[in-house]
Amino acid sequence: MAEIIDETIETSEDTQKGKFLTFSVGKEAYGIEIKFVTEIIGIQEITEVPELPDYVKGIINLRGKIIPVIDVRLRFRKEPKQYNDRTCIVVINIKETTVGLIVDNVAEVINIDDSNIVPPPQIKAGFHNRYVRGIGKVGNEVKLLLDCDKLLNDDELDKIAEIV
Amino acid sequence: MSGDGIIREPMLEIYLFEATQLMEQLEEISIECEKNKKIGTEAINEIFRIMHTIKSSSAMMMFNNISVLAHSLEDLFYFIRESKAINIDFEKLFDLVLLGIDFIKGEVSKIENDCNADGLSEPLVLKSSNLLQDMKKANGVIIKDDCQEKKEDTKYYISAYEKLGSEIKQKYFARIFYEDGCEMENVRAYTVVHNLKEIVSEMYHIPEDIIESDDSVEAIRRDGFLIGFSTSTSKEKIEEQLNGIIFLRELELQQVEEYPLEFKALKAKIQIILENPITEETIYKETPDKLDTNKEEVGNIIKSGKQQSIISVNISKLDMLLDLVGEIVISEAMVTKNPDLEGLTLENFNKASRQLRKLTNELQDVVMSIRMVPVSTTFHKMNRIVRDMSKKLNKEVELVIIGEDTEVDKNIIDHISDPLMHLVRNSLDHGLEDKEERIASSKPPMGKITLEAKNAGGDVFIIVSDDGRGLDRGKIYEKAKFQGLVTKPEGELTDKEIFSCILLPGFSTNESVTEFSGRGVGMDVVKKNIDSIGGAISIESVVGRGSTISIKIPLTLAIIDGLEVAVGTSKYTIPITSIRESFKPKENDVIADSEGNEMIMIRGEAYAIHRLHRIFNIDTEVISSNNGIMVMVEDNTKAACLFVDSLIGEQQVVVKALPTYIKKAKGIAGCTILGDGNISLIIDVNGILDR
Repeated sequence: MAEIIDETIETSEDTQKGKFLTFSVGKEAYGIEIKFVTEIIGIQEITEVPELPDYVKGIINLRGKIIPVIDVRLRFRKEPKQYNDRTCIVVINIKETTVGLIVDNVAEVINIDDSNIVPPPQIKAGFHNRYVRGIGKVGNEVKLLLDCDKLLNDDELDKIAEIV
Repeated sequence: MSGDGIIREPMLEIYLFEATQLMEQLEEISIECEKNKKIGTEAINEIFRIMHTIKSSSAMMMFNNISVLAHSLEDLFYFIRESKAINIDFEKLFDLVLLGIDFIKGEVSKIENDCNADGLSEPLVLKSSNLLQDMKKANGVIIKDDCQEKKEDTKYYISAYEKLGSEIKQKYFARIFYEDGCEMENVRAYTVVHNLKEIVSEMYHIPEDIIESDDSVEAIRRDGFLIGFSTSTSKEKIEEQLNGIIFLRELELQQVEEYPLEFKALKAKIQIILENPITEETIYKETPDKLDTNKEEVGNIIKSGKQQSIISVNISKLDMLLDLVGEIVISEAMVTKNPDLEGLTLENFNKASRQLRKLTNELQDVVMSIRMVPVSTTFHKMNRIVRDMSKKLNKEVELVIIGEDTEVDKNIIDHISDPLMHLVRNSLDHGLEDKEERIASSKPPMGKITLEAKNAGGDVFIIVSDDGRGLDRGKIYEKAKFQGLVTKPEGELTDKEIFSCILLPGFSTNESVTEFSGRGVGMDVVKKNIDSIGGAISIESVVGRGSTISIKIPLTLAIIDGLEVAVGTSKYTIPITSIRESFKPKENDVIADSEGNEMIMIRGEAYAIHRLHRIFNIDTEVISSNNGIMVMVEDNTKAACLFVDSLIGEQQVVVKALPTYIKKAKGIAGCTILGDGNISLIIDVNGILDR
């Protein structure tokens, strides 16, 4: 019986597979699989919480639910920018954790075939290479596809790195 | 037959629920009867009913090991009931019953955790039948051949094979040899018979009388266990099943036209006996009111399952209901304190909103009370522990329970069960002296442990006290010093502070580790559990007289009264239960010591000052002491002052946990959503004061 359930999940995943939500942070364009994205909201008042890493800006109230928000710019060690009316919060949900990502602006949802995705080059210099699980080619442009798990869970390593 | 697990889910749920409840009831009755050294008619009937229900429902759910055990225990009590037995060894009897209960509880928890209920009940079944033999001998009863057991109609989950008379049945003959030295061949044979019963329509076996008679063991060892049966199941399946027998040395399985001669004789005998069951049954039905011997006055049997109109509800539904009510409280605040209405005089609106407030408060109270459960079940579980431990330690102990009707939230019950157990064990092991010592110090030889529960204000107090030897202040101080846990000299520490050392992990004044205690772990578990529900522990003791441990638990977890304060642009909530007072300080009152720590003198006592804006790194203009407000807060042991910008007001707030992704900051207990949609962080006073 379990196998049948698995199959149905897979077929529904197929309709979402290969679709990425693209957004820009600074000059780069990133993509994230839409199966993780719950919603996109405009920037709103953030309540700060003490003793958190600087890229975790705080928490917001989303229709009664409290979710933490991460500033992607700060996560990727870029210069922080003022929030304007184009700034959005992309709410993602991975393995029961709901988090909001603050991005400069949101572009569109595009299909990227597996054939157009290449693994990232093994350059050690790029700090945020570990969050990129692949590079997608769309027309003339290149989108960096994010690995959400790493984005959320690499905190431990960061903290240690910072202390050291 | 177990492939349809998913379909069986609700049935399995009900079975597990029922089994757990019945086991608890049975345990209570057993302990009560053992204490009173008599079994009243009502008790016997109750025990019988429980065993019978367990037997049939377990058989139905295909948990044969439980069913067989229940059956043999049922036999035991049947005998007691029928034969008006006088000489009953209560200890042995109830020891066995309690072992049986433990076994069944173990199996049930295995099933709950999706493991196989594969425990072997054979040793217990054997013990039970031996006990039955002994009882019969002690009461001078001629051992009858109770053959009717074999013909008992166990209900099948899948329709009985008898109806399938039209199918072609084959006769088989099997001979089973067990490994040498595996012991209890007769009980194993009985299990085989029992398992085969479901798929065969008739069965004969030699030796016949496998449970009762010990000679059968010899016979089985010698000639093997012979079974003749007729069934429509395929030979391969039968072979598979028989090959699955543990300790099987040799199996002979043949398809036959007619049963061998030995069985023919059996067949005839069984036919005759079949006539009798009718007479046996009439005895069943007669409720023997004339049983006069050890069934004089029916003792008080505590029925924990009170016969009120009770309905069992899934806890997740209750949680949803509670969440919704919480949201309603917030929305109600959002409507009535809406900024749009600022400054308008709305008479009727205000009246109506007050009415709404009243109703929402009432709704909240009722919903909170739904989750409230009386502590009696947990307290009664302690009975078992006291009994077992007092036997092992050879101390006479009496457990007194006061206020068992006090109700607490279901969440809390789950968390106090373990701590209570540890506390009771500690009292028994460390606190109470043994008989000689007690008599020497002119105390009654029977030790007393008191479990009390009472409501006081917004909290529930659970108090465990004993009249043992009390805590030795000196010894505890020594050990604490030795382990480096205290730095101040003994004179400076109050009794309470020294006694609370025992709550530290790894702390124990025991020289050696015993079965029950000495590792220093128990009190740590207690502290952790109580902390997790927001409670507090305090210990009092008088040397030679006894010790008292009080646990204070807040009644409501989710909705608290809080005081809104502003620090910079952020708003924080301080739980009102922690606040002693608030005031505006004067510049001169604030003193700093040599290290720069600030203090303030209030009515002769000095309190440390914690500046929230510094602790949380918030930008604010209110720095100097006389511009802000001091809020004096306290936790279990100490008090201090918090410096905030201003007070906003008192508000009832719904506590929401911080998202797990955010690692908990020390000093923040949770957050709440205010009426205007903003988030306010709730301050954890313990965390701040511990900095």
